[in-house]
Amino acid sequence: MNAPLRRAGVVILVLFGLLFANLNWVQAYKADAYRTSDHNGRVVVAQYDRPRGVIEVGGIGLAENKLTDDTLKYLRVYPKNEVYAPVVGYRPVSLGAVGIENAENDFLSGESDTLFADRVKDMFTGNNTGGGNVVLTLSTKAQEAAWKELTNNQRGVDKGAAVAIDPRTGAIQALVSMPSYNPNPLVNHDTKAAAAAYQKLLKDADQPLLNRATQETLPPGSTFKVIDSAAALSNGYREDTEIPAGSTYKESGAVIHNAEDEVCPDGTITLKEALTESCNTGYAKLGVKLGRETIVNMAKGFGFEDEKLTIGNLKENRGLPVAASRTGAIANQDGSVDKGALAQSSIGQRDVRMTPVQGALMAATVANGGKQMRPYLVQKQLGPDRRTIYNADPQVLRTPISGSVASSLSDMMVSVVENGTGKKAKIKGFTVGGKTGTAQNAVGADPHGWFIGFAYDDKGQPVSAVCVMLENVPGGHASAEAARIAGLIMKAAAGGGD
Amino acid sequence: MSRIPGMKTHRNAELGLLAFAMILVAIYAATVEANQFDTIHPTFWIPAALLLTLFVGLHFVVRFTAPYADPVLLPAVALINGLGVSFLRRLDIARAIATKKPIPGVFAGTSGRQLEWTLAALILAAVLLLIVRDHKVVSRYAYTLGLVGIVLVMLPAVLPSSLSEVNGAKLWIKLGSFSIQPGEFAKLALVSFFAYYLVRKREVLSLASRRFLGIDFPRGRDLGPVVTVWLLSLLVLVFEKDLGTALLYFGLFVVTLYVATERASWLIIGLLLFFGGVYTAYLLGAAVGGPFQNFYDRASIWLDPFAQANYNKAIGGSYQLVQGLLALGTGGLFGSGPGAGSPGLVPEVRTDFIFAGMGEEIGLFGLSALLVCYLLIVERGLRAALNVRDSFGKLVAGGLAFTLGLQVFVILGGITGLIPLTGQTTPFLSAGGSSLMANWLLIAMLLRISNAARGPANSGGHADRPGPGPKKAPTQLHGAPTEVFKP
Repeated sequence: MNAPLRRAGVVILVLFGLLFANLNWVQAYKADAYRTSDHNGRVVVAQYDRPRGVIEVGGIGLAENKLTDDTLKYLRVYPKNEVYAPVVGYRPVSLGAVGIENAENDFLSGESDTLFADRVKDMFTGNNTGGGNVVLTLSTKAQEAAWKELTNNQRGVDKGAAVAIDPRTGAIQALVSMPSYNPNPLVNHDTKAAAAAYQKLLKDADQPLLNRATQETLPPGSTFKVIDSAAALSNGYREDTEIPAGSTYKESGAVIHNAEDEVCPDGTITLKEALTESCNTGYAKLGVKLGRETIVNMAKGFGFEDEKLTIGNLKENRGLPVAASRTGAIANQDGSVDKGALAQSSIGQRDVRMTPVQGALMAATVANGGKQMRPYLVQKQLGPDRRTIYNADPQVLRTPISGSVASSLSDMMVSVVENGTGKKAKIKGFTVGGKTGTAQNAVGADPHGWFIGFAYDDKGQPVSAVCVMLENVPGGHASAEAARIAGLIMKAAAGGGD
Repeated sequence: MSRIPGMKTHRNAELGLLAFAMILVAIYAATVEANQFDTIHPTFWIPAALLLTLFVGLHFVVRFTAPYADPVLLPAVALINGLGVSFLRRLDIARAIATKKPIPGVFAGTSGRQLEWTLAALILAAVLLLIVRDHKVVSRYAYTLGLVGIVLVMLPAVLPSSLSEVNGAKLWIKLGSFSIQPGEFAKLALVSFFAYYLVRKREVLSLASRRFLGIDFPRGRDLGPVVTVWLLSLLVLVFEKDLGTALLYFGLFVVTLYVATERASWLIIGLLLFFGGVYTAYLLGAAVGGPFQNFYDRASIWLDPFAQANYNKAIGGSYQLVQGLLALGTGGLFGSGPGAGSPGLVPEVRTDFIFAGMGEEIGLFGLSALLVCYLLIVERGLRAALNVRDSFGKLVAGGLAFTLGLQVFVILGGITGLIPLTGQTTPFLSAGGSSLMANWLLIAMLLRISNAARGPANSGGHADRPGPGPKKAPTQLHGAPTEVFKP
C-alpha cells in the first residue's frame, strides 16, 4: 500500500504546486491590474483619504472638500452649483470625471510628478497635506454676468452658450452653457443616488450635460463674413473696395436673399458697408469670386477643422476638448467646386458649423492684431502649501492675418456695432466691434442668434473678445439679443479685469 | 501506556515548537494593534497566551497518551489556528473602530467565539486521544460510522432550504442562531468506514479483473460500491449545490480505493466518472437549469469573473470572488502588513474568504508560508500512513491526510480562481465551530496513528511485528484477518 500512498503524496504536492503557481499569478503578475481595478474599493478609499486640491478663482472656491464620517473621508462640494459646471466639471466616485476636475486630476489628487516631493514629505511627517490647487483664468464677474444674462434673456430662449476670452493672452474670462446642471448630486458618495442623478440628466431632452460652448457646432450665419472679409483684405481688397451686391443672387440653383429688402439693393457696395449691414448677396458673390480654396484656407487659418484643440493647461496642452468647426465640402459629387454651395457657405449656411469657442477666437484674433492666442483656463497651479508651481505663459496659436488686415477688419467690425446690425452690443467707455449672425437651420425652426465681438478700452487695449450663441430664437432679429448679452459680458470682463 | 526507555519521543521539541508558534501569533497580534491603533496595548499578548495554555493542555494529553506521535503536527496546526483567531480579532477591532465602539474584549466578537470553539475542539481531540488508545478499535464501529456518515452527508440535502441553505449551498443545519456543517464530521466517519470496507474487500477488488487496453479493469459486479459513492457524491453536487463537497467525498473514496488496491484503473475510472459527471451537470445547467443552475452559475463565474454580467448579478454573481482576487492582488508580494489592509471589502471574509482577507495583509510570502504549513500537516499525515504497520491505519491516515489536503486545495483554488468556487471552510482558519472541531478530531486521529507508526513495535497496540520472541497470534481487525506488513 505504500507505493500508492507515496503517489497520493505526490498528487498533493502537485495540487499545492498549482495553488502556489496560481497565487503567483494573482499576487504578482496580476497584482497591479487588481490593485488599480475599477472594482477595487481600496483605490477609491485611498483617493478620498487625502483632501483633493481646490479649484478656485479670485479667492473663491469652485470645487472644495467637506470632511465626512463616511468610509470616503472627503466629499467634493461645488458651492457655485450650475454656474461654473461646464468649466469645473465634476468628479464622481464611480462615474467618469469631466471638465477641469478631469483634465487636472493628477495635480488635484496629488499624484502628479510635480507634487512628488510633497508626497515624500507626507510619508515622513505622517500628514496628508492633500493635492495641489488649481487657479482658473475666469473672471467671476464675467462668468456670473454671462450666466445671469443668458438665463434671463429677453426672448425666453432656453439653450445657448457664451465664451469670453482675453484677446491678448487667450485666457478664458467666461465660459457658460445653458441649460447647465448642479454637479453636487453627481458626486454623492452613495453611488446609486449619484448614478440616478446622472441618468436623470442624461435623459433630459435639453441635454444639460452637453457643454454647448465647446462641444456644440451650429451654422454660424453671418458671423462667417468675418472670415470672408479677412480673405478679401488679405487678397488686395480694402475697406472701401466696391463689391457687387443686389437684392438677390442666383448661383447654380442656390438663391441668396438679404435679410431685409433695404439691405444692399444696389449693384455695388463697399466692403465695410457690406459687413456693417450684413449684405448677404455681396458676401456670397465675394466668396464665389475669391474661390473655395481662399475661403476654406482662411477659415482653417482662424481654427476651423482643428480637431485637437483643448482649453485648460498650456503646459501640457490638456483640458476641455473643443469640437472641430467645419466649413463642409463645398463640392459637387465629382469633387469640383459647387458654386451654389460656396455662395451659401460664404454667408455661414449650408454645411458650415462653428462652436461658440471658435467664434470667440475669431473676434479675439482680429482684436489682437491678427495673432490668435492659445485659449487656456488654468492660470496657476499651487502646491498644497500654496507655493506657485506653474503660472500660465501665453502662447500664440496661429497668425491667420497680418496686422494691417486685422486693423482694417477691426475698423469694419467696429462699424457694425457703431452703425450696423450690432448696435445693441455698445457699451459705455469702450470701443466695441463685432459681427452678428442669424443662422437658418431646420425648416420651420426659429433661427439661431450669434454675436462675436471685442471691446477696446480707452487706451486702445483689447480687453475682451466674446461669442454669444442663442439657439432657436423666436420673434425675429435673433442676433440682437445675443449682441446685447455680449456687450454686458464684455463690460463685466473689462470692469473686473486686471 | 508506558514509554520505552531510550526511544526518542520528541515531545519537548513539540512543546518548543508550540511556544514558537504562539510567539509568532503574539507578534502578529502586536503588528495588528500597531497598524490599527498606531500603538501597541500592553494586553496584546493575552489571546496568544490563552491559546498557548490550551495547546499545551493538549500537548500534555499527547505526552501521556501518544508519546511517540509526530511532534510537528500539533504546532503546525496550532500556528494556523492561532493566526485564524488573531485575524478574526483584527476584524473585530476594525469593526469596533468603524462603529466607534470600545475595543472588544478577548472573549467578545467572532474571535472570542473562535477562541471558545478552539477550546471545545481541543477538548474533543483530547477525549478522542484518551478514549481511542488504539486506532484499530475504531474499525469495530465501522458500519455504524458509515451509516452516520451517510446520514450526515444527506441531512442538509433533504432538509428544507430555510434550515440548510447559506449562500446558495445547502451544507448546513441551522437551529436558531446555532448552525453546524455536518459534512465536516461526515468525512471522519466515512474515512473510517471506507478503510474498514476496503481492508475486507481489497483482495477481490485488486485481484479479480479483466485486462483492457493494457490496464486491468475490475469486474462489473465489483464496481457496485464505487458507483454507489459516485452517485452519492453527484446527489450531493445537485441537491447541496456544492461541487467542492462532492469532489471531497469522491476524491476521498477514490484515493482510499486506490491505496487499498494499488490499481491505477480505479483512479482512471474515478476521475472519468467524476469529470464526466461534472461536465454533464454543467451542460444540464446550461440547458435546463433547475437543480443544476447553481453549478452552472459557479462555473460561468469561474470562467470570467470580471464580466459585467457576472459581476453585477445580485444573486450568484462573481462579486465576492472578484473582491477576493482584488484583495489578494492589492496585497501583492509582501502584503500591507497585518491590520493595515481593508479585508472588510471582501464578503464572507470571516469564513470562506478568510484566505483572501489575510492574503491582502501578509502578501504572497505570508500565504506561501501558510501553504507550506498545510503541506507539512498533510505530508506528516501521509508519513504516518506510510509508517504504520496495519492496513486499516494506513487507509485511515492516508485518507484523512489526503482529504485535508484536497479540502485546502478546493477552497484556496476556488478563492484564487484556479477552480470553480465552492463553499468550503479553510481548515483551522475559518470562523466556525463545526470545521474547527471536525478538523481537530482529524488531527487527533492522525496523532494517534502516527504514535503507532513511530512508536516501538509493541506500543500503541498496533499489529505485531513478527520477530524473535514468543509468537503471538496477529491482532485481529474486527471480523477480518489483519495483514502484517514487514517494514
